[in-house]
Amino acid sequence: MNRAREMFVDVAAPCVVALLFLTGWEWIVRAQNIPPYILPGPILIAQTLWTDGPSLMNSLWVTLRTTLAALASATVLGLALAVALAQSRLIERSLYPYLVILQVTPIVSIAPLIIIWVNDVFLSLLVCAWLVAFFPIVANTTLGLNSIDRGHGDLFRLYRASRWQRLMHLRLPTALPYFLAGVRISGGLALIGAVVAEFVAGSGGAESGLAFRILEAGYRLQIPRLFAALLLLSLAGILIHAVLGFITRRILRGWHESAVSDGR
Amino acid sequence: MSTLLRLDGVGKRFANGTQALDGIDLAVAPGEFVSLVGPSGCGKSTLLRLVSGLDNPSTGTIAWDGGEPGQSDIGFVFQDATLLPWATLFDNVYLPLKLGGVSRAAARPRIEEALVLVGLADAAKLLPREASGGMRMRVSIARALVTRPKILLLDEPFAALDEITRFKLNDDLLRLWRDQNWTVLFVTHSVFESVYLSTRVVVMSPGPGRITADAPIRFMDPRNADLRTSSDFATLCREVSAHLARAMAA
Repeated sequence: MNRAREMFVDVAAPCVVALLFLTGWEWIVRAQNIPPYILPGPILIAQTLWTDGPSLMNSLWVTLRTTLAALASATVLGLALAVALAQSRLIERSLYPYLVILQVTPIVSIAPLIIIWVNDVFLSLLVCAWLVAFFPIVANTTLGLNSIDRGHGDLFRLYRASRWQRLMHLRLPTALPYFLAGVRISGGLALIGAVVAEFVAGSGGAESGLAFRILEAGYRLQIPRLFAALLLLSLAGILIHAVLGFITRRILRGWHESAVSDGR
Repeated sequence: MSTLLRLDGVGKRFANGTQALDGIDLAVAPGEFVSLVGPSGCGKSTLLRLVSGLDNPSTGTIAWDGGEPGQSDIGFVFQDATLLPWATLFDNVYLPLKLGGVSRAAARPRIEEALVLVGLADAAKLLPREASGGMRMRVSIARALVTRPKILLLDEPFAALDEITRFKLNDDLLRLWRDQNWTVLFVTHSVFESVYLSTRVVVMSPGPGRITADAPIRFMDPRNADLRTSSDFATLCREVSAHLARAMAA
């Protein structure tokens, strides 16, 4: 009973806020007679989303494809790099500064270079998005690999575990929650990276993503369409976040503090 | 009398200059239950780590009957249960065998046997956080037993448990020791626990850690709750406490 009520509040309260916000927005637009090319009302945006939906969905898929490919490659390469870094202090110390430099250099400033160097459009966007997304996974997983419990370390030493056994049965499982947290951060960043890269690349045609649609709609003063594209982009981000959160909780369920429900 | 383990003039100085142990001579015979008692900082845990091979002595030698111990010859129960939180209780007990290269199928009977010994046959599939503190400690003991070690080292294993659970585990440990004919080295700061469990109590003093008394405990089996309230038990506890008081004054 209490639990059901709590869930109802969790869903209902944000919905009420959204309803109030949208109503207020629509009311101001109508009362002040604001033209749609300055600020369209939510009803007009919904209509535009309905009519322009099919063409925008195509672009959404293009952006999502880049995002997911970047996230997947960031996950695989990030994990591999973290394991390599964790093999010795020397490797970590020699490489880590360059990873930081790569991370702090704004992607907008190196995206034009990457787009020139990499011939294929999809590949160049992928590289940009990957550059933004992979660092949190490397940083988090490296931290996790180095966070083994001292007692566990003694235990593995007592039973003369090999380097490989230590990695597989102790360090990687210990790093799993850190790694998953990194993947969750990277999910959002991969989308941002893909969008930024699309902005810079600015390629038109059938293969253009949502970011280009936003630019295009802005140039043409199709502001309702711009808002519709923006809405789709936000929804995609929320979806990625929710799915990764769900996967994280499923994997860590039962043993990690972050994923154990209070009921137990 | 044959010895399983002999320490000669063992000392340990840490990198920061602290002299944790100095001139420790100790011989342990097979089948003995030796308790190391002393105030905190007397180096009793360090001594256990030296015996286990987790640390090396700075001076002196540690000699084993029949050569250096192998991968499965030493069982160690730490102060915390140190279970892997992501593995079931079964897999936690399996760990020493897994690290020793024993397949899961081949290890299964021994794991089940160890879980039965500590009374947890039905809890094998639980995860550590679903188990109580006492259960986790039992799993930790089962994990130390599963390799059938020559010697079992216990470092204040029950210090964090409530008294009722501790008494229960004390009795279980005694029963296992009697049935299985182990050699046990048990670190504790409780005089009562040491007198109740051991065949021999070794008292240590701090700064640097030294052995100041070595007293045999000769009680008839079975040891049980009646013993805890007997006058013989009280006398022995008083003696060991007096040794301890002298050790702390020294």
